[in-house]
Amino acid sequence: MPEKRYDYLILGNSTAAIAAVEAIRSVDPTGSLALVSDQPNHVYSAPLITYVLAGKIPEEKLYLRPRDFYQGLNVDTYFGVAATQVKREAHEVVLQSGATLGYGKLLLATGGTPIAPPLPGADLQGVFTFTRHDDMCRVREFIQQKKVTQAVIIGGGMIGIKVAEAFAALKLETTIVELMDRVLAQALDETGSAMAKRALEQHGVRVITGSGVTAIGGTDGVVQSVTLDSGSRLPAQLVIMAVGVRPNVALAHEAGLTVNRGVVVNDNMQTNDPDIFAAGDVAEAFDPLLGECRPIAIWPGAHMQGETAGLNMAGQPEEYGGNIPMNSIQVCGLPTISVGLISPPEGAETLEYRSPDGKSYRRMFIVDNRIVGAVFVGDIDRAGIITGLIRQAIDVSSFKAKLMQRDLGLLSLPKHYRKHIVSGPGIEV
Amino acid sequence: MKRIYAKEEVCIGCRLCEIHCIFEHSGHQTLVKAFSNRENLPEAAVRVEEDGAISFALQCRHCEDAPCLAACIGGAMTRDPQTGAVKHDEEKCVGCWSCIMVCPFGAIRTNSETGKVGSKCDLCAGKDTPACVAHCPNEALVYE
Repeated sequence: MPEKRYDYLILGNSTAAIAAVEAIRSVDPTGSLALVSDQPNHVYSAPLITYVLAGKIPEEKLYLRPRDFYQGLNVDTYFGVAATQVKREAHEVVLQSGATLGYGKLLLATGGTPIAPPLPGADLQGVFTFTRHDDMCRVREFIQQKKVTQAVIIGGGMIGIKVAEAFAALKLETTIVELMDRVLAQALDETGSAMAKRALEQHGVRVITGSGVTAIGGTDGVVQSVTLDSGSRLPAQLVIMAVGVRPNVALAHEAGLTVNRGVVVNDNMQTNDPDIFAAGDVAEAFDPLLGECRPIAIWPGAHMQGETAGLNMAGQPEEYGGNIPMNSIQVCGLPTISVGLISPPEGAETLEYRSPDGKSYRRMFIVDNRIVGAVFVGDIDRAGIITGLIRQAIDVSSFKAKLMQRDLGLLSLPKHYRKHIVSGPGIEV
Repeated sequence: MKRIYAKEEVCIGCRLCEIHCIFEHSGHQTLVKAFSNRENLPEAAVRVEEDGAISFALQCRHCEDAPCLAACIGGAMTRDPQTGAVKHDEEKCVGCWSCIMVCPFGAIRTNSETGKVGSKCDLCAGKDTPACVAHCPNEALVYE
């Protein structure tokens, strides 16, 4: 017999989970609802842990909702305890503690796990991944205790860049080693990447691209260096592995749910078990630009998926409209935004603008008179107008000349589009 | 909820809405005092867009399905449960610009001085009629 049975049970405690909680409560204020997280913390923003490490924001500002958020919505919380098994037939979840919780509807919002490349020396003391609050605490303590002066970050993606920025703020001698020929290769085009690299270098971060790591070296079990495939060796007392994150699908897989790269869901964020839903980085979501489902680990998508899942769990039919990949990344004070495709598909028309001072750059790809991708660096104001045009697949042929202009506004757009985007409830212009 | 609607057909582009938005959020008692010392004046949260004879004033639409709420990584954008307004907490904002990435109206802007989101319409919290609406001379802004 389960310890307790809930109408709704949520595994995970990040933005998809809170969006689901809020959605469920908007439909069903009284149904029993509980949330299980393997982390002991109140709901916090994982992207902000590098800001805390850098001392840019106090720890208290990590939290996405007030401390009494769950209590106020009458949600039972099981924090610091992992879910180890989903028993679909019994509608129960087994926790690490041995306890079981029953559910009517279950949401998997368990996010992703950092990929640990099988490098020699990866188990040395001083080698960390950096995606969770406890990672940040361990790294912070390690830097202080071991008087770290040199750090190497393996991977120049979003996490690697943000960790490097924090290390630079802490005055560590920091090197990023990236296998691809540029940093942020998933988020920016070549020019954008080059501008990001320059911003990092101006903040004292050394960036080595096109180079793999063959081994992490150390003595007495403690890290001392990183060896590159060129044979050169970088001294380091601290190594962060930031080569990517993969969906945390083990629970779903063992429960016999359909899993591809992420947990497979329909438009309602429902798995092949009608009582189990999935949302956020663990799930595969529809990418309308590519016309296929794939895991897209981005924040706004996770939130919207959580909301869609929550509404459906509470019995209000709602479809997730899909989400285009997009990223907004500040690189050492340099704003960058990319939406949709970051390299031109075949036959695309490319629009490009560089400001005379070299600080701003924008580029767009147009196929069949529709924008399918855009990159903004430096001046990013009003990028969302372009996001709207991409999302709605608006024909831009009549105002193409205005797309690159600094003062692009709603007024630059054809009246029918203005009326179109403002036709929803409460958003009329 | 009540929202501000702009009528581009009757907007004369006088920009009084911008002036009164700044004044309302300046903390000053009189318009003259606010503008005689231009330092520390907030930016206008309403902006007049103008192209030849056409103009209209635009501020945050406080969308029912607001993408900025989903995009904010810091919990700084929230929906006021009482009024339904989309509020921005500058204390919590870290300047990640995710809201700017998703706002289809371009109604959110950066503040280069603070490094955070600047001038986001708050519907003049607590007032019966927002200042931009109250001072529009041609009723091109309505609150209903």
